[in-house]
Amino acid sequence: MITVPAVRFGVVVFPGSNCDADARHALSTFGDADVRLLWHKDTSVGDVQAIVLPGGFSYGDYLRCGAIARFSPIMQAVTEFAEAGGLVLGICNGFQILTEAGLLPGALLRNTGLKFVCRYVNLKVENAATPFTGACREGDLLRIVVKHNEGNYTVDPATYTKMQANRQIVLRYVDARGERAAGANPNGALDDIAGVCNEHGNVFGMMPHPENSVEAELAGGADGGKIFRSMIDALRPAVPA
Amino acid sequence: MSTVHVRVYVTPKRGILDPQGVTIERALPALGFDGVSGVRVGKFIELDVAVDGGSPEVVRAEVDEMCRKLLANPIIEDFTFEVDA
Repeated sequence: MITVPAVRFGVVVFPGSNCDADARHALSTFGDADVRLLWHKDTSVGDVQAIVLPGGFSYGDYLRCGAIARFSPIMQAVTEFAEAGGLVLGICNGFQILTEAGLLPGALLRNTGLKFVCRYVNLKVENAATPFTGACREGDLLRIVVKHNEGNYTVDPATYTKMQANRQIVLRYVDARGERAAGANPNGALDDIAGVCNEHGNVFGMMPHPENSVEAELAGGADGGKIFRSMIDALRPAVPA
Repeated sequence: MSTVHVRVYVTPKRGILDPQGVTIERALPALGFDGVSGVRVGKFIELDVAVDGGSPEVVRAEVDEMCRKLLANPIIEDFTFEVDA
């Protein structure tokens, strides 16, 4: 039997992160993932193969969500890791940090309803050819929770046109039948966008929380696990037949 | 070391929906304030900036850079500022 080494994940902990332990736990449920925490003051990401920026309220959401975290020492290392092609997943506040850092296009505004939303949403996989969605098929529906106050994605029209041509819209909010519909979008995001990747496809941000939907017996579904499964599969060396 | 006082105004970019502004605009008529439109909610930031013998232009350039890099997010916000003479 050939043993393939586990994929090494790093979960960044900022002051005010509150989904870091959930992300670590979610990854620990995969037998072929190894996970460690990275502190915001660290200046190196070590030998990790993938990085997760977790949800929460880094630096108390002061000024703008993610605006201060972006200047953490670890973010310089995360930026270099991303620029070298490393996989970076930003969840919720992590997504906000990635946009503030310029690693993803656009920005996340206050929800149009002015309320914190905490509920299940249905997501349609618009692009399954990314390292974050490879375990899905295009058009698949994922049922995952959102919990945020600033998830209203926006981007300027010229950039959006390029993003569409480059298939950077990875996830959209849809109804239970997989159709885009009023009421399916929890925050007013442009064109129901729930998750986008960068031009090279190695940096991905999403507002919903895949780490809270990995254990079906607890969360009523395990659709979030497909995001982590995709990342692991994308990074594991092929097992010789 | 002398400092100058700077007032920075950050507002949602034109064309960006400002849900707080919309909500306030809707609330005003309920209190009898009719005829109010164009409500936009932003931030007001005060700073004291060391001048160190630099000219006002140097301070202005520095504040402009602060706004672009941190105080405002140019994707969604506009900013203006005033530097005390």
